[in-house]
Amino acid sequence: MDDAGMFWKSLAPDQMAPIDERKPVAQDHAMNEQKTKLTRQFMEALPHGKALDMQVAGVGDGWAELTMAYDERFIGDPETGVIHGGAISALMDTCCGAAVMSHPQLATITATIDLRIDYMRSATPHQRILCRAECYHVTRSVAFVRATAYDEDMENPVATATAAFTASANDPRDPERLKNVGDTVKGTVL
Amino acid sequence: MSRKPEPVQVIKQRRDGALKALVGRIPYAQFLGIHFDRRGDELTGIMPFKEDLIGNPVLPALHGGAIAAFLEMTAITELSWSMLWADIEHGEISPEDFPRLPKTIDFTVDYLRSGLPRDAYARARVNRSGRRYASVHVEAWQDNRTKLFAQATGHFLMPSKD
Repeated sequence: MDDAGMFWKSLAPDQMAPIDERKPVAQDHAMNEQKTKLTRQFMEALPHGKALDMQVAGVGDGWAELTMAYDERFIGDPETGVIHGGAISALMDTCCGAAVMSHPQLATITATIDLRIDYMRSATPHQRILCRAECYHVTRSVAFVRATAYDEDMENPVATATAAFTASANDPRDPERLKNVGDTVKGTVL
Repeated sequence: MSRKPEPVQVIKQRRDGALKALVGRIPYAQFLGIHFDRRGDELTGIMPFKEDLIGNPVLPALHGGAIAAFLEMTAITELSWSMLWADIEHGEISPEDFPRLPKTIDFTVDYLRSGLPRDAYARARVNRSGRRYASVHVEAWQDNRTKLFAQATGHFLMPSKD
């Protein structure tokens, strides 16, 4: 087992450095560039991600960061203008999926098995939401992921999520496996 | 004192009006195209298929986030509806006086099958509704009611009465 992703494993979520001060992730590791590129491509091709205008802020070995701008169409509570929990769920689910796809040991195909979201507070209206997800453990068939969502107050998370995703090995003996996004997602049935 | 029963149309109008007011004011329900079918006090959430809801373009399959949002919306609507039902029946509440919506504390979704590019349906059951907290279970299916494609349980903070 290689040590890709160790940067993330070594930090508890509450110890993660604020985003601007963070040293470049995977600085010491050979980045699986093809894989992160593929993940980014896949994320940008999702119709629902496009509908919510999610942007990939960063992807590395087993981690991902996505942002979503505030939009009045996403409001869940008309009296306060707070966006619906469902929009945050969508961002967190996508971000967790991206973290799994970018994991060096896993194939770029996955599906959510379960997703639990804890809402710590309401997101402040008119602020963007940023989600950061890390795939912190993988087995031959399951990937375990945790994620945190923030508005512009990076000290006080809006929500945390824990999720399990389907996983299959990124088999290096198969040179065709990363040829195109379409091939890699075929057969992603739970 | 005996009262003549209200005409059925009046009752239906009042119930449907209240439901419309409850869901119609949530922009995210419109964004996803979610609406509710009512039979008596029973609500069924409906999320008609549209391209925007796709998460995996190759399969194709519904986005897990859209499914989670649909289930959460159904849970909150059912919970609010059950809270308001008695007042609606007695004609004692108008949409302007509706209490605040319950707030989600946590929400856990089980994805049982991939969501097909078809309409989805969901029904929620309030398992426990106390003064401050409520626990709600939701089930969603597509073509076949007995083949759930997702289910969820969530806990909610009830709005204060004052």
